Amino acid sequence: MYPFTFTKVSDTAEALNAGHRGGRYIAGGTTLVDLMRETVERPETLVDISALPLRGVTVTERGGLRIGALVRMAEAAAHAKVRTTYPVISEALELSASAQLRNMATIGGNIMQRTRCTYFRDVTAGCNKREPGSGCAARDGFNRTHAILGTSDACVATHPSDVAVAFAALQATVHVVGPDGARSIPFADFLLRPGSTPEREQALQKGELITAVEIPAFPRPLKSGYLKVRDRQSYEFALTSAAVALHVRGGVIREAKVAAGGVGTVPWKLPAVEKHLIGERPSQALWAEAAKHAADGARPLEHNRFKVELLKRTVERQLRIVGGTK
Amino acid sequence: MSTELTESAVPPPTEHSAAPSRRTFIATTTAVGGAVVAGGLMTGPAALAAETGAAEAPPSSRVSLTVNGKRHALTVDNRTSLLDLLREHLDLPGSKKGCNAGACGACTVLVDGRRVNSCLTLAVRLEGAEVTTVEGLADGDGLHPLQQAFIEQDAFQCGYCTPGQIMSGVGCIQEGHTGSADEIREWMSGNICRCGCYVKIVRAVEQTAHGK
Repeated sequence: MYPFTFTKVSDTAEALNAGHRGGRYIAGGTTLVDLMRETVERPETLVDISALPLRGVTVTERGGLRIGALVRMAEAAAHAKVRTTYPVISEALELSASAQLRNMATIGGNIMQRTRCTYFRDVTAGCNKREPGSGCAARDGFNRTHAILGTSDACVATHPSDVAVAFAALQATVHVVGPDGARSIPFADFLLRPGSTPEREQALQKGELITAVEIPAFPRPLKSGYLKVRDRQSYEFALTSAAVALHVRGGVIREAKVAAGGVGTVPWKLPAVEKHLIGERPSQALWAEAAKHAADGARPLEHNRFKVELLKRTVERQLRIVGGTK
Repeated sequence: MSTELTESAVPPPTEHSAAPSRRTFIATTTAVGGAVVAGGLMTGPAALAAETGAAEAPPSSRVSLTVNGKRHALTVDNRTSLLDLLREHLDLPGSKKGCNAGACGACTVLVDGRRVNSCLTLAVRLEGAEVTTVEGLADGDGLHPLQQAFIEQDAFQCGYCTPGQIMSGVGCIQEGHTGSADEIREWMSGNICRCGCYVKIVRAVEQTAHGK
């Protein structure tokens, strides 16, 4: 690990000041400290933001939910309002990492976490995300866990977060504050596809700080849930995953929100699947028909072709679990 | 790798006992050996950083925290993890360094009552924190019920993961995630046991949580 200076800030203005001067914010630190030890991350200054007042979970005026950036994963998952109104969020959180890591990691940090691509973590390998212009060792390397959607010539790494998949499905908003004031970013625009600049991962300007993630209100009842498929049953990243939320009224699906994880360079919204569900009556046949479109546009690599079929089956199974089997 | 050796070579700042123990002897020998190897192998920016580090002390901070009921105030290199603080500076080697990357759970301790990976916790961030390690569980000669249960259930072979398993188990029981063997398995999944003692570890946690 390279040496760094350390400062702990007590209010947002102080944080923004330090961030504007190039300081790197640290919240739970579970990704950042790990990557600093691997010398993938080399911040000169760490700005500890844990004392900022960003720890609340509140119901918004419109009936949505606002989760403070510094709410720990464990706290968000255990929160009664999260569990009852958006089970897809609490399930995604509890299927992530381990109890210890969830006690440390925060919601803001979770959506800032970096890829688990082994070549990104290996400073001796070519990686355009870590070292722009150095090539992508994963493209012709061992790419079984890599992305099949949203990839580019420069990068095929997946975004590792589970709860970000739920946020993508529910069309959350990321609230940030910066030197020029506060602004809100739709979740779909917050995480960036690699394109030719895989080193740019979030739509944050220098020194901007996440303050909260807001989940919009939905017509009720809203059934939702998260399914994660992986190499071992727990404490492992997703090969494929599906976040599904459905609002059914009068026997007809009125709202359908579906996104997939483990397969995209960013959490992958599935509009083609959603379109097939809206206005239809729940049935086994409908789940199967809709899920056929889950991997539309997929471009598998040498070792991850299996993800195409696995993704369709993951989505179908989760539609069945959330939507019922009649 | 080379930076790791450099970190270990940073001398513990305070609170050393005068008598050399087997541990301090090994630690010192390793640190010196490590420094020699590192000096021979390092090139480029790493070597430069090490040289700079030798000329001027790396950035450090003052931190005071309570560990197993005892208050400590010390100055640490900002890079020091809680795990290294415990093992190298406070003579508490019970918490183990397995992966040093948050992937094995051997370093699990309680910080302000919550189980965390001490390897991913920077010590400088713990101002005012209350830390409990496996050394702080027993009440004098009386073992913590979970320590006793590990012995009764024979829940280990090599024992390397055991301190982390026990601290994680204490957290798991406090959190109330002991409703079934399946639930315990899921909520203890952050602790890897290479000897494969999982069945007995689950039994030890069950025994302690439910007194059976």
